[in-house]
Amino acid sequence: MRLFHAFLAALAAFVASALPAAAQSIDAAVNAAFENATGWYVNLIFASLPGTNIPWIVGWLVIGAFVFSFYFGFVQFRWVGHAIKLVKGDYSDPNDAGEVSHFQALATALSGTVGLGNIAGVAVAVGIGGPGATFWMILAGLLGMATKFTECTLGVKYRNEFPDGRVSGGPMYYLTRGFEERGLPGGMILAVGFSIFTILGALGGGNMFQANQAHQQIAGVVGDFPGWITGVIFATVVFIVIVGGIKSIAKVTEKVVPFMGILYVLAALVIILANIDQVGTAFARIFEGAFTGLGVAGGMVGALIQGFRRAAFSNEAGIGSAAIAHSAVKTKEPVTEGFVALLEPFIDTVVICTMTALVIIISDQLVVDPETGLFVTENGQIVTQTGSSGVALTSDAFATAFSWFPVVLSIAVVLFAFSTMLSWSYYGLKAWTFLFGEGKTKELIFKLIFCFFVIVGAAVSLDPVIAFSDAALFSMAIFNVLGLYFLMPLVRKELRSYSARLKSGEIRPVKH
Amino acid sequence: MPGKLIVGYDGSPAARRAVDFAAAAARAQDASLVIAHVLEWSPYSFLTKEEIEERHARRRDELRRAEDAVIAPVRERLASTGLKVETMIAYGHSAEKLCALAGETGATQIVVGRDGNGGLASRMFGSTAGSLVQIAPLPCTIVP
Repeated sequence: MRLFHAFLAALAAFVASALPAAAQSIDAAVNAAFENATGWYVNLIFASLPGTNIPWIVGWLVIGAFVFSFYFGFVQFRWVGHAIKLVKGDYSDPNDAGEVSHFQALATALSGTVGLGNIAGVAVAVGIGGPGATFWMILAGLLGMATKFTECTLGVKYRNEFPDGRVSGGPMYYLTRGFEERGLPGGMILAVGFSIFTILGALGGGNMFQANQAHQQIAGVVGDFPGWITGVIFATVVFIVIVGGIKSIAKVTEKVVPFMGILYVLAALVIILANIDQVGTAFARIFEGAFTGLGVAGGMVGALIQGFRRAAFSNEAGIGSAAIAHSAVKTKEPVTEGFVALLEPFIDTVVICTMTALVIIISDQLVVDPETGLFVTENGQIVTQTGSSGVALTSDAFATAFSWFPVVLSIAVVLFAFSTMLSWSYYGLKAWTFLFGEGKTKELIFKLIFCFFVIVGAAVSLDPVIAFSDAALFSMAIFNVLGLYFLMPLVRKELRSYSARLKSGEIRPVKH
Repeated sequence: MPGKLIVGYDGSPAARRAVDFAAAAARAQDASLVIAHVLEWSPYSFLTKEEIEERHARRRDELRRAEDAVIAPVRERLASTGLKVETMIAYGHSAEKLCALAGETGATQIVVGRDGNGGLASRMFGSTAGSLVQIAPLPCTIVP
């Protein structure tokens, strides 16, 4: 309780310092300081490949996904049926009831990835890259399934089972132990690098960005008000959950968020079905746009970059976060969780993101020049009917069918943002304890830092902060994907052994 | 072949009445008893990341607690009857799991108690006794 008072006092001090009058100058100062400190790094991560305007980091993720797809013989298509059977529990030993099921591991991982990326990210991709971006997004999602398969198999194989019975894992463990097992040097360096950027990614993309977007959404509904108010409320609730240990809030979120996701998909489906005659045209635009750009900035390449970038953002394939979420499943075969995990980019990107894109395209939000049939652009953005972008664009698109939808969407966005924050507070904490060890005080320090950044994220809507968040999130992939190249033979061994035993009948479905 | 009665037991007064009834019936028929405690569980529920991390440890604790607080006392109570008693603890949907355990143990009858207040919740979601009546593959006795 004393801690809580201390936290409140700190909050009050922060709030006082962020009073509107002072806010302007503080904003500007923070902005400049932040940009000076991180600008070079953001530029480095998003630097273009020589002679192109493709950011190398996007290429890095896509090449990785290609390599894993070929190396595992397109595991994402050949094993998808088996993955669904695993999720249904067809292969689960009934004596393991009460342990974490495949379904539960998948659901918790999905709750971390389904969120703003599917709502705001897609709108950004389509708003800049046009309908064609959808094609590249779907392709990136399909390829990303192989990356998820690889990282989540390793996540289970090299997870940590603590003496007190807790089970957790992730890239930091497979990078160290996997490299050790293969007799390779450098695993520790990759693991430490990954952990540092996981902490930064957790504070940035997994926290500040979420708080910021949630505030924008609330302000959009109730009218503009200072961001720190949203920040303080969010930070307090996050504090209560992660420091106060009030599990019920997390539990409620964990149960409401899937229903929000289902409601979102249903609403999109209704709009798509009601306009089924336009779906053919929409897909024609998607294919045409994918290869011509249909007038968007950067043409085909512009569409491609937007599609790939937002897909990576949305499904986090290669980032390494999913490997943490999936690692506690009860199974004797690590590769089974790999199969289950490959469903994640499919659900997240191929299904949900595509639906958002279709609704935006069908509802004619993007302004087309009637003479040329090309999109009208301004400052690199496609001009929209209402002048909106991001979440607001998705909201406007849904509102053409259901006028009440923006309110539901606002609630969904806030809940998604909150659940993504809780997920990333967990990922960040796991990276933190990997670096500094477990312990109440050490963990508390991270949690307090995390809560503080919620306020910062909501209060200052700064492009450099967002840019840095993105850069940190993608940096996790540098270490993770590099490690995956060295560890993929281990995964192939698992895959071959499992496949052989499945064929011989040694592994059979369990009768329930 | 001597009969075998499986009793769904959760430590409640209704469950104790069911055990008493089953014990009397078993004595009369020269049958044996299986006391089954089912911990409500669905593999399709949603868990938070911390719950997932702690699940394995929690399960261990839950099983230990069920053994100490639910099963041990009833085993003690039945010790004096001289009946042959098996006990088991399992995770699952109470009614479905009870039917599955009945099959596995080769039971000939299922006995459960009911608390008798058909409140709103049991109207909406059904009760263990109610579901058993619908799905039990064996004769089923419900002790009020």
